[in-house]
Amino acid sequence: MKHQRIAFLLMVAFFALAPVMIYPLFLMKVMCFALFACAFNLLIGYGGLLSFGHAMFLGIAGYISAHAAKVWGFNPEFAILAAVGVAVLLGLAAGLIAIRRQGIYFAMITLALAQMVYFFCVQAPFTGGEDGIQAVPRGRLFGLVDLSQVFNMYVLVLAIFLGGFLLIYRVVHSPFGQVLKAIRENEPRAISLGYDTDRYKLLAFVLSAALAGLAGGTKALVFQLASLTDVHWTMSGEVVLMTLVGGLGTVFGPVAGALVIVAMANYLAQLGAWVTVVQGIIFVICVLTFRRGVVGELASFLKKPL
Amino acid sequence: MTEIFGVPTQALFGQLLIGLINGSFYALLSLGLAVIFGLLNIINFTHGAQYMMGAFAAWFLLNKLGLGYWWALLVAPVIVGITGVIIERLMLARLYKLDHLYGLLLTFGLALIIQGLFRHEFGSSGLPYPIPQELAGGTNLGFMVLPIYRAWVVVFSLAVCLATWFVIEKTKLGSYLRAATENPELVRAFGVNVPRMITLTYGFGVGLAALAGVMAAPIYTVGPLMGADLIIVVFAVVVIGGMGSILGSVVTGFALGLIEGLTKVFYPEASNTVIFIIMAIVLMIRPSGLFGAAK
Repeated sequence: MKHQRIAFLLMVAFFALAPVMIYPLFLMKVMCFALFACAFNLLIGYGGLLSFGHAMFLGIAGYISAHAAKVWGFNPEFAILAAVGVAVLLGLAAGLIAIRRQGIYFAMITLALAQMVYFFCVQAPFTGGEDGIQAVPRGRLFGLVDLSQVFNMYVLVLAIFLGGFLLIYRVVHSPFGQVLKAIRENEPRAISLGYDTDRYKLLAFVLSAALAGLAGGTKALVFQLASLTDVHWTMSGEVVLMTLVGGLGTVFGPVAGALVIVAMANYLAQLGAWVTVVQGIIFVICVLTFRRGVVGELASFLKKPL
Repeated sequence: MTEIFGVPTQALFGQLLIGLINGSFYALLSLGLAVIFGLLNIINFTHGAQYMMGAFAAWFLLNKLGLGYWWALLVAPVIVGITGVIIERLMLARLYKLDHLYGLLLTFGLALIIQGLFRHEFGSSGLPYPIPQELAGGTNLGFMVLPIYRAWVVVFSLAVCLATWFVIEKTKLGSYLRAATENPELVRAFGVNVPRMITLTYGFGVGLAALAGVMAAPIYTVGPLMGADLIIVVFAVVVIGGMGSILGSVVTGFALGLIEGLTKVFYPEASNTVIFIIMAIVLMIRPSGLFGAAK
C-alpha cells in the first residue's frame, strides 16, 4: 500500500500548504464536504448501498451543533459531539427502516426519509425555519483555543477531516470492511457463509451517518450557520455527484470530487439556475462515459488502487 | 353548520376532495413509474420533471399556438413522450447492462438539467393556466360545492389508470409486455422486437406523467419546480404499494391522497410527513410493500 501512503501524504501536504495560496474558508468547506462524501462513499463504494438521503445527517447535525453552541453555550467539541450523537440516533432509526430493502428501493426509501427530516426541520421551532440558525459562536476549543482565529479553526477542521478519513480507511481495510464488500458483491452468498448481513449493513449505515454528522456539525461551526440548504434533497444529490465525479469505491475519490464540485459551485455561483444545469450535465456525462471517476481513471492508469 | 368530530363538514369534504385530487396525481405518476420499472428496471427520477414539462407544454400550446385544454390533453403527452423516447434511445439504452443504480443517477441528472433550464427561462414563480370553459364552475351537492374541474380530474385519471390496467393485463399487447418483463430473451426469440417495446414503454410512462401535468396545470400554477418535491412523495407511494401490480399502485395512490387529506383536517402539522411515516411503518411490517411480491 506504498502508493496509497504517498497519495495520502500528498493530500495532507496539499491541505496543509494550500491556505497560503487559497482562501481558507473555501478549503474548510472542501474538507467538510470531503468528509461528508467519504462517509457516503463508505456505504455505496464498499457496501453497495446508494443512499439518496444523506443530507439528513449533514443537516440535522448542523442544526444540533449550531443550537448547542449558540443557545446552550456548549464548547465546540461538545457541540460537535452532540451533533454526532444525534446523527448516530437518526442513522440507527433510518437504517433500521432502509436496510429492509436493497438497490433502487434503498435509494428511494432514504430519499423519502430525508424528505421527512426536511419537513421536520422546516416546522420545528429551534431550527429557525427559513432563516436557519445564524451567527453561531465558534467558541473556544476545550475552553482554551480561540476558534474565531482562522488558523485555529483551520487546524481543527483539518484534524477532524484527516481523523475521519483515516477511520474510514481503517474500517474499509478491516475484516468488517471485507465482509461489507462481500455483501456488495453477493449478498445471498455472504448470508450462506453465516454472516448476519443486516447487522453489517446497519453498522455501516450508522457509521456513515455518524461521519456525515461529524462533517455537518463541523461545517455549522465553520460557517457559523445552519440552514435548510443542508437538509434539502439537492444536498443529497450533491454528495452523490461528488463521489461519482471522484470515483465510487475509491479511497481518495470523494476528496477529489468534493474539491471539484465545491470549486465549481463557487465559480458558477453568480450564474444562478445554470449551476443545477451544469451539475446535471456532469451527472449524465459521468454515468454515460466516466463511471470510474477522476481517481478511478487515475488508478486504472497507474494500475494501482487509490 | 354541521360538524363531524368537531370539524365542519364543509372543511372535511373540501380536504377529502383535495386528497382525492392529490391521490389522482400520485396514482398516475406511480403507475407510470411502475410501468417503466417493470420493463426497464429503472426508477425514472426524471418523472417529476416530465410531469412539469407536460404542464408547460399545455401552457405553450395555449399561449403560443392557441390550442386549448382538450388539445393539450392529447398533444402534450405525445410531445413529452417523444422527448422520452429520445432520452431512452440516446442514453438509457446504454445502461441496461449495468447496475440499475446508474439508471437512477442518470435520470436524476436529467431532472436537474430540465428543471434548471426551465428555471433559467421562466424563473421560480408560476404561470397561470385557466380552467377550460366547459369544466368551469361547480355544482352544489348540498353538503359542499363541488368544482366541476376537480371532479373531472378524479374521474378522468381513474379512467386512464383503469384503461392502462386493462391494456396491460387483458390485451395481447399487454401480454407481450408482461412476458418481456419476465424474460426478455425468450420473448425476443419469439420474434417480438423487445428493444422497440422498451422504448415505447418508456415513452408511454413519460406520457402518463405529462398527462398528469396537463391535468395539474389549471389546479396548481405551472412552475419549473412543481414536480421536484412531488416525485419524492410518489417514490414513497411506490415503496408503500410495491411495484408488483398495476392496480396496487393505483389503489395505493388514491388511498394515500385521501389519508393525506384527512391528516390535513385532523392534524395539519403532520400532513407533509404522513406518507413518509406510513412508508416507514409498512417497511417494518411488510418490507416488499402492500402489493409487492416478496422476493
